[in-house]
Amino acid sequence: MIEYLLIVFSEVYKILFLLIPVLISVAMIVWLDRRVWAFVQKRRGPNVVGPFGLFQSLADALKYVFKEIIIPASSNKTIFILAPIVTMTLALVAWAVIPFSETKVLANINVGILYLFAVSSLSVYGIIMGGWASNSKYPFLGSIRSAAQMVSYEVSIGVIIINVLLCVGSLNLNDIVLAQEKIWFVIPLFPMFVIFFISALAETNRPPFDLPEAEAELVAGYQTEYSGMMYAMFWLGEYANILLMCAMGSILFLGGWLSPVDIFPFSIIPSPFWLIFKILFLFILFSLVKAIVPRYRYDQLMKLGWKIFLPFSLIWVILTSSYLFYFDLLPIN
Amino acid sequence: MIAHAIFFYIFAFVAIVAAIMVTVSKNTVHSVFFLILDFISVSCLFIMIGAEFLGMMMLIVYVGAVAVLFLFVVMMLNVAQQNNQLINLNKNFTHIPVGLIISLIIFFELIIVIGGWKFKPDLVTSVSLLIDQNNTNTHSIGQVLYTDYIHVFQLSGMILLVAMIGAIVLTFRHRSGLKRQSYFKQISRERIDAVELIDTESNKGVKIDD
Repeated sequence: MIEYLLIVFSEVYKILFLLIPVLISVAMIVWLDRRVWAFVQKRRGPNVVGPFGLFQSLADALKYVFKEIIIPASSNKTIFILAPIVTMTLALVAWAVIPFSETKVLANINVGILYLFAVSSLSVYGIIMGGWASNSKYPFLGSIRSAAQMVSYEVSIGVIIINVLLCVGSLNLNDIVLAQEKIWFVIPLFPMFVIFFISALAETNRPPFDLPEAEAELVAGYQTEYSGMMYAMFWLGEYANILLMCAMGSILFLGGWLSPVDIFPFSIIPSPFWLIFKILFLFILFSLVKAIVPRYRYDQLMKLGWKIFLPFSLIWVILTSSYLFYFDLLPIN
Repeated sequence: MIAHAIFFYIFAFVAIVAAIMVTVSKNTVHSVFFLILDFISVSCLFIMIGAEFLGMMMLIVYVGAVAVLFLFVVMMLNVAQQNNQLINLNKNFTHIPVGLIISLIIFFELIIVIGGWKFKPDLVTSVSLLIDQNNTNTHSIGQVLYTDYIHVFQLSGMILLVAMIGAIVLTFRHRSGLKRQSYFKQISRERIDAVELIDTESNKGVKIDD
């Protein structure tokens, strides 16, 4: 009995050691996002609370905690309350398989990349549930839009993952990272990296693909009826999802926790930091895109997903596999 | 082992209760959510028996795509008529015999499968196709599906393609008089084609020819 309890406690300790930094970094990247956005537009951004405004997100969170949670009378209460919980939970459980170094990974499972893909494809439910349960027009339209959008872009992300897997020969995330020791996949598969980046923007409802919450048309989309801590949970879940997509991009294409070159000044930096640097790099790209690019029109969004990205990435699957087959480079173990 | 059994019973219980709730609950959207819960617990059962690839595929395909489309359709139904009125109106139970026949057929099929397992336990090992036990199950499924049974696999793909094309042909209506956008035309339009500067004398005006 005692040893069971010890196992449970050590696992809980490991999980907390992963989740608390993730939550804190979510709060911090919200601040970073706003700072980068302001920097591009020659504004100052949040700079009052704490040094450089670093505690702005904490102040915001405190504000949300003390606000009243309003549940609309005509809403479907169970699902209405469940929706932000689902969003938040799904955004956090996916971190279990992210490898921070060869040994520092909570669950080193065989099908890690499929797990990531499955969890990120489930995250559409938070939005659909929130939109439907609000029983109001704008949230409903927002959730319908986002359901179609996320399902469409998931398809091309799946095909891009197949491209990477063809070069690796394993679904394990650590194997994917180790396969990039000689060359990061961003170089041979550069077009796929670009498409992955854009699809990740669409999958996380970031601008220029933030149609589900386009404020000019839909107020705030599926979040319209939410207030207080429930809104904050949606918001945290969204940013945790963005961080997750950045982590996925850096593992698939930027060599995960590997250092760029294995020589002296780079090799002493511990590998988790490399993953964090790469995630931050991708995230800053995300926020630059938010500041620079105007919003897409909905039919163009669908056209881009189905008629351009999907055929292009399918052609790349054929190209990659024929290249690997012809030069006898297929990873067979 | 006890922990394993406990988790198995939890997931099995949730799966069965959710399956019952799919048919019982009056609100169609609730039914779909219970269906999703059912899929998730079944995929957990798959993962518990070591078939992690199948479990994840179940999550991705059924929960991530099929159930989203289900929800998509169901949510489009009139929100005021959420309650499944078919059940309330049909008091004459005409649907019972059909349901009974189908469930009896499924029941006997299950008995045949389990009976074969019970009376011929060497059936699994005696098939001509031997699976390498050292491979992960992703490799094994790939080996069986794409190497040993490639023709059957491609045939099923063709059937799906035909079904898809059929659905498109049935629902496609060619409407005339529809104004469409041509992105090429829009982008290639320049100032020189759109704006013309004309010098006019006062009190004369400009004659516009079409």
